[in-house]
Amino acid sequence: MTSTLKISELTKTFAGIRALDAVSLTVEPGSRVALLGHNGAGKSTMMKIILGLLPFDAGTVEVCGAAPGSAQARKQVAYLPENTAFHPALTGEEQIGQYLALRGEDPAKARDLLDRVGLHDAARRRIGTYSKGMRQRVGLAQALIGKPKLLVLDEPTSGLDPVSRRDFYALLDGLAAQGAAILLSSHALTEVEARTDRIVILSNGRMVATGTLADLRRTAALPVTMHVTAKNGYASEIADALPGAIRVGADLRLSCGQEEKLGMLARVAGLRDKLADIEVVPPSLEDIYSHFSRRDGQ
Amino acid sequence: MNRILATARTEFRIALRNRWVAIAIGLMALFALVLSAAGSAPTGGLGVDRLSVTVASLTSLAVYLVPLVALLMSFDAIAGEVERGTLPLLLTYPGGRVEILIGKLVAHLAVLTLAVVAGYGLAGVAALRADPAAAAGLPALFRLTWTSVLLGATFLGVGYALSSLARRPSGAAGLAMGFWLGAVVLYDLGLLAAVVADDGGWFTTDLFPLALLANPADAFRLFNLAASEASAAAAGVAGAASSVPLWQSALSVFVWPLLALAAATAALRKVTP
Repeated sequence: MTSTLKISELTKTFAGIRALDAVSLTVEPGSRVALLGHNGAGKSTMMKIILGLLPFDAGTVEVCGAAPGSAQARKQVAYLPENTAFHPALTGEEQIGQYLALRGEDPAKARDLLDRVGLHDAARRRIGTYSKGMRQRVGLAQALIGKPKLLVLDEPTSGLDPVSRRDFYALLDGLAAQGAAILLSSHALTEVEARTDRIVILSNGRMVATGTLADLRRTAALPVTMHVTAKNGYASEIADALPGAIRVGADLRLSCGQEEKLGMLARVAGLRDKLADIEVVPPSLEDIYSHFSRRDGQ
Repeated sequence: MNRILATARTEFRIALRNRWVAIAIGLMALFALVLSAAGSAPTGGLGVDRLSVTVASLTSLAVYLVPLVALLMSFDAIAGEVERGTLPLLLTYPGGRVEILIGKLVAHLAVLTLAVVAGYGLAGVAALRADPAAAAGLPALFRLTWTSVLLGATFLGVGYALSSLARRPSGAAGLAMGFWLGAVVLYDLGLLAAVVADDGGWFTTDLFPLALLANPADAFRLFNLAASEASAAAAGVAGAASSVPLWQSALSVFVWPLLALAAATAALRKVTP
């Protein structure tokens, strides 16, 4: 199977600073890849290189079997920029109509596309009157034109409310099921959640982690926290039985590695008669993300 | 071709909503009417029809106004897209950058043509109503119309090039006004000063005609005045019209729009959004 996007050892330098440092990545048809990283990690730079908007210094990039930005690549790639903007004097329908015509499609399809992203009622209003979330939907509508093979979406869910975000991911699922490869970026792991097949974390231009969410969880091997609440009067006794626990009022906080988790639980369960409650807190998505993006000297 | 038309349609719509169509037509109509009213005085002694005199006045007007309107419409074309953040997306669509420019050019040229036709048409009607013999000047009016459109195309192209170079609307506006002042006003003043200082020497005989042809606004004026045989009604630099063969000024009028478009394309290709 040929990859839709193939990047190998990609390097880009801006005024002596390495924006991207030997990054390699492939995206297969039908897969959804999330690109995560802090501001300035190199996400947008990488996307602009894939789109052919920026030149690069070293490495190879192949988009749908062609050079990035070539006529053949542009025909098959759709882009949703960060902070999508359009001319405020045009209506949503006119703007999408123009994009349809630029891709050689019938401008009359604009209404259907706007319906798909939930902008039916606003289609004939000027974009200048739209909210940020509505503009983002216009941007999404243009990215759906003409069954693209690769969608490059720069922070597509920023400005969307949780319900719209869910609708958006449902749309992406549909596109991926039809064989489109999707590369989307985000600031936060919580935003992409379980709706992507693979996660790539960039930090200062380098790829610091890649894999499924479960892979990242395993590799990070962050400690599990347990909150143990003692029955009245038993707090000191339990604290003695569980060395290493930190006492916070009637609560005790325990922390242990992933592999010690079951042993620890068994020990706590042995004190069952003296306990009011126990809560196991796995490392949060934010913890995992910070673990990777801060690993190199931040 | 469809892509060019799609861009042109969108740009025309924007020009319409930004009131540029109304402003351009209003400006040209107002100035043309003022000129034809003011130009009614000197006809008697010259022995030419009224419309030919009006065309000579309109030529002097167009040489300032058409480049100005063209630059005002075009300085924002690329810099505005950069500032709004719409350029990166547009550049990821199929089609070359030159197609974007041609699309914008078609739309802006349509607006300019409407304005020119409205203004000159009004002046023509005014002249015909006052002097039945004015019909003799109609070919000159027609020539003035299409050369004005070509002059506009040149300055639109220059505007796109400056817009691409500046990448910010404020900078592009400054460059456009500077260019207008230099090409349309200071260039002629400089030439006049040089001719006076040279006092009939090599500069006046050899370089001066070439210098006029090298400026699209001067070439436009030369061509119209030489062709309409109304140079008697014109003054200043245009008095040189007779010394330059007609085909040379015509060539300059035709070649400049292409050069300007080529410059704009080269400048836009250098833009990395």
